[in-house]
Amino acid sequence: MYPEDVRYTETHEWIGEEDGLYVVGLTEYAQEQLGDVTYVELPEVGRHVRQKEPVALVESVKAAEDMYAPVTGVIVEVNEALEGEPELINFDPYGRGWCFKMDDIDLAQFKRLMTREAYEKYLKSL
Amino acid sequence: MELIYEKCRGRKAFDFGLLDVPEASFPEMLKRKLPPELPEVSELDVVRHFTHLSRRNIGIDTNFYPLGSCTMKYNPKIADLVSNYPGFTSSHPNLYYIESLIANLSGAMQIVYELENMLSEISGMKEVSLQPMAGAHGELAGVLMVSAYHKHHGNFHKRIVLIPDSAHGTNPASAAIAGFEVREISSNSRGTLDISEFKREMTEEVACVMLTCPNTHGLFEDSILEIADIAHSKGALLYYDGANLNAILGQCRPGDLGFDVMHFNLHKTFGTPHGMGGPGAGPVGVGEKLIKFLPGPRVVMKEDGSFSLVYPEHSIGKIAPFLGHFLVAVRAYVYILMQGGEGLKSISRYAVLNANYVLARLKEFFPPAYDRLCMHECVLSTEKYLEHNVKALDFSKAILDKGFHAPTVYFPLTVKEALMIEPTETETKETLDQFCDAMIELANLAVHSPQTLKEAPKTTPVGRLDEVKAAKELNVCKQATNRDV
Repeated sequence: MYPEDVRYTETHEWIGEEDGLYVVGLTEYAQEQLGDVTYVELPEVGRHVRQKEPVALVESVKAAEDMYAPVTGVIVEVNEALEGEPELINFDPYGRGWCFKMDDIDLAQFKRLMTREAYEKYLKSL
Repeated sequence: MELIYEKCRGRKAFDFGLLDVPEASFPEMLKRKLPPELPEVSELDVVRHFTHLSRRNIGIDTNFYPLGSCTMKYNPKIADLVSNYPGFTSSHPNLYYIESLIANLSGAMQIVYELENMLSEISGMKEVSLQPMAGAHGELAGVLMVSAYHKHHGNFHKRIVLIPDSAHGTNPASAAIAGFEVREISSNSRGTLDISEFKREMTEEVACVMLTCPNTHGLFEDSILEIADIAHSKGALLYYDGANLNAILGQCRPGDLGFDVMHFNLHKTFGTPHGMGGPGAGPVGVGEKLIKFLPGPRVVMKEDGSFSLVYPEHSIGKIAPFLGHFLVAVRAYVYILMQGGEGLKSISRYAVLNANYVLARLKEFFPPAYDRLCMHECVLSTEKYLEHNVKALDFSKAILDKGFHAPTVYFPLTVKEALMIEPTETETKETLDQFCDAMIELANLAVHSPQTLKEAPKTTPVGRLDEVKAAKELNVCKQATNRDV
């Protein structure tokens, strides 16, 4: 449920490296808590964001929640498929349900994010 | 069920008769080429159609409606009756704009004036304006005044509004629309504001702190005096969201607690039936600092006892046409006079007593988010039934089959599998017992026969709806008939 090769935030984003860029999405826990996702508002490409800044909005049948930048960096690509099929976040949160890609990230921040083990422990404390 | 359009067979229920006055000329270019496509059926068909529709609906007149955060209480019919007096319904709202005709509205203006005074007395605020049309509109008026106040004093750096995660969901939206940056403050383990986090965030840049009190956990912010002191020491104003005012009526007053600005939800607290999108009314009340910034025009009484309209010196301007939802104001006026001071006090007593009664009966089955005495609503959780794959949503559907409206679910967002129950002051112990018995029965079913809850509701006009489709592809329009217009 929680891949080994990505890092996690307390606000339930995951971030992992792929071909030199950093892909960001919502975790299994987040999609489960949200329920069926009905709409996703993604950030502008080229936007510089600070860590913990709200960058996207995810709406479900239950709630509307902000999604936060896991690290400081630049948004370089967004998953346009979510526009028509936001439910990809529910069905494939680590694959086709990815949200955006970042570049020029703060690597020190990235390394301080939770590992899978730490995140699972954190989930138990909630 | 057929739409009324689909019942049209060329029958008519009404005939205008022959023209008995000279026909006025009307420019040809403004005349319709074809009559409007209005549904026309016999009178009996009209009556049956709407009676059937109303029987498929669920409302406070037919069922217990414990929708937390919404205060769906019963409102006495006398308030409707009085607001329907022809003197009120046929006074033309535009007369306010015509100086020479204002005297014709003196009765209406007197009600506005007196109701504003009553709300001032109830809330401890210095002045009240009835203008805003609904709760969130009142919030917007309030934060616009906060913005105008800080700008007036040259404090342009005050650009942040602090809002607890237990506030009403419209607060951040209102603050953002007024141009502020919103920061959220977490709740502590007791369900109230985390004071240490609040102190950290409470910088000179903070313009306003917006509190809902009691908050959406149904809890009174017991550190309110300290919160007010901290906010004021940094030059920030304190906003009171009055949506839960029925919990404290006559017990304490926002003005005395240190709030500078607030809105009332007349449709929740003071006698207007609530729900289905209105009409509502969200008057704003202010303390000394904001009087000059109130929306205008305001009704003032002249020395001779007659009324006139004036704009406050630094008014944020007109925030709604006319003087607000006047007929809703009439209902509140009747309701407050009918209750009197003692009556208003008993409203809050019963609202709090009823919520605690439900909490006490249900907490074994649905552990509360915060196990302590609540105010007018309680927040329970169905989390322990997740192991049987039964969610809060399933309880909310199954309770419909028992003849009750569902409580609010999945709100507040801070509580997992939340059920938010507001019984209100108008329900009897018998009704509360029936509801609690039904909830306890569902809790047992959730363990022994979870499928029953999954399949609910079965007795309603429609079963489970496709919520995803409703959110993504909502279409409530009837397909137009292919008639050339």
